[in-house]
Amino acid sequence: MKKILVKGKVKGTILKSQKPINFLGTVDKKTGIISDENHDLFKKSIKDSILVFPYGVGSSVGAYTIYSIKSNNSSPLAMICEKVDLTVATGCALANIPLITVSEKEFSLLEDGQKIFLDTESSNPITFLE
Amino acid sequence: MELTKEEESAFKGEQGEIMQMAYRILVATGEATDAEKLVPIEWAHLSGVNYNTIGDAGEEFLASISKNARVKVKTSLNPMGFDIDNVSNYNLDDNFISKQLSIKKSYEEMGVIPSFSCIPYEIFDIPEMGTQVSFAESNAAIHANSFDNLKTNKESAFSALASALTGKSPYSALRKETKSNLTIRMKVENPDELTYGMLGFFAGKVGNESVNISGVEQMDRRSCKSLCGGMGTSGTCAKFNFDEEQDSEIVDFDEQEMKKVYDELNTSDKGDLITLGSPQLGLEEISDLAIKLKGRSFKKRCMIFCPRAVKEQATKLGHTNQLERAGCEILSDCCTCLTPLIKKDEVDSVTTNSIKGAYYLKNSNGVGVNLKSLSEIIKDETR
Repeated sequence: MKKILVKGKVKGTILKSQKPINFLGTVDKKTGIISDENHDLFKKSIKDSILVFPYGVGSSVGAYTIYSIKSNNSSPLAMICEKVDLTVATGCALANIPLITVSEKEFSLLEDGQKIFLDTESSNPITFLE
Repeated sequence: MELTKEEESAFKGEQGEIMQMAYRILVATGEATDAEKLVPIEWAHLSGVNYNTIGDAGEEFLASISKNARVKVKTSLNPMGFDIDNVSNYNLDDNFISKQLSIKKSYEEMGVIPSFSCIPYEIFDIPEMGTQVSFAESNAAIHANSFDNLKTNKESAFSALASALTGKSPYSALRKETKSNLTIRMKVENPDELTYGMLGFFAGKVGNESVNISGVEQMDRRSCKSLCGGMGTSGTCAKFNFDEEQDSEIVDFDEQEMKKVYDELNTSDKGDLITLGSPQLGLEEISDLAIKLKGRSFKKRCMIFCPRAVKEQATKLGHTNQLERAGCEILSDCCTCLTPLIKKDEVDSVTTNSIKGAYYLKNSNGVGVNLKSLSEIIKDETR
């Protein structure tokens, strides 16, 4: 782990994307479904997942989108990124969604569909459950 | 990042939900920018006002927090989507107007000064040298760091809001005495404000936190603002130093680089209407424009954006009348940047001298852009 941006403790299943996410405009604010047909999570919902993706891109207003999916109960349980960007960091902080960044190697070990326990306060924050 | 006992208690939620949210944002920003502590700030300037940009999520969020949240320091506000005095001329739907007014009300309830301006550095007194502030509007953050001897991060809408609510901000690199290892040498001769806007746009692309600029002469107010607006649009860079650093990497901004920026943003050889102001025009520019337009009038619509405070002063000085006689529409509280008042089904292309305006007109409004300096605009578009 590199940085803890927003603290928290959750259990959930990884939804992994190899591509950056632009929250403004490509994530449906009500359902959490990705609407960008060029994205590898196209038509998938990020709701209740542990969303693993490289980093956020696009307008800083995207932070409001993160708040919005949280208030519509469609947000991920937590997010894990490789690089930090202020849109995702402040969006998760506002919405109180746990957020950490991990090294390139740790990122590559996280696989889509894996069940994990994330505890940002632990010295070993990611535990694989299966 | 280290927190004091009191900050830690707020972060844990012992001072209520609003403070907890604000400290979560500050801690996340601090971790993201490798700050070691929080420092007090004296002035916050917030973005996230125009309903066109923050949408329903923003409107609902602000309505919800404004019930309890109150700002702790002087806090000013970016432009909104329209000027209530003349919004009926612009065919804007009722939903937009009511949502925008709700956003306005929420900020006012929190104790924010409803300045609706992206040029706080021109309409408020500047605090003493070295004062820490938190400016979210990018051109204002760059202007504050580069020309006003203030210190600010290039804040996000949320980090500036958190600073307003707590009176604190992470002590990130831009708040310290920083030196840049990149120098841009200005090689274009006889620059006007459009040239400076393009220089800024180029600098934002190549620079990281701050850049040095060498080879620039004394700039007028219009050129300084254009430089800041251009840089804030294209990158994350938030400060100019006006001297060449020894041993720094050198990049030239020459005719060829300028042409690249021009070709990226100039997409039309003429405009259906003209906009002036992004950043908004201050009193100095309005007065200068009134003089330049004496005895002349525009051949097409010309929208001028300025803060309400500036329009009021301009009216007292007789400039508003002079400009309206020359055919200008003067709008306060709003700006070219992300305006909902220019729609692509009504307008094909816009002439402007603003690089920042051009970028957003092209990418957000989806209209063509015809870039011209103010002197060219007056020469070509008035009689």
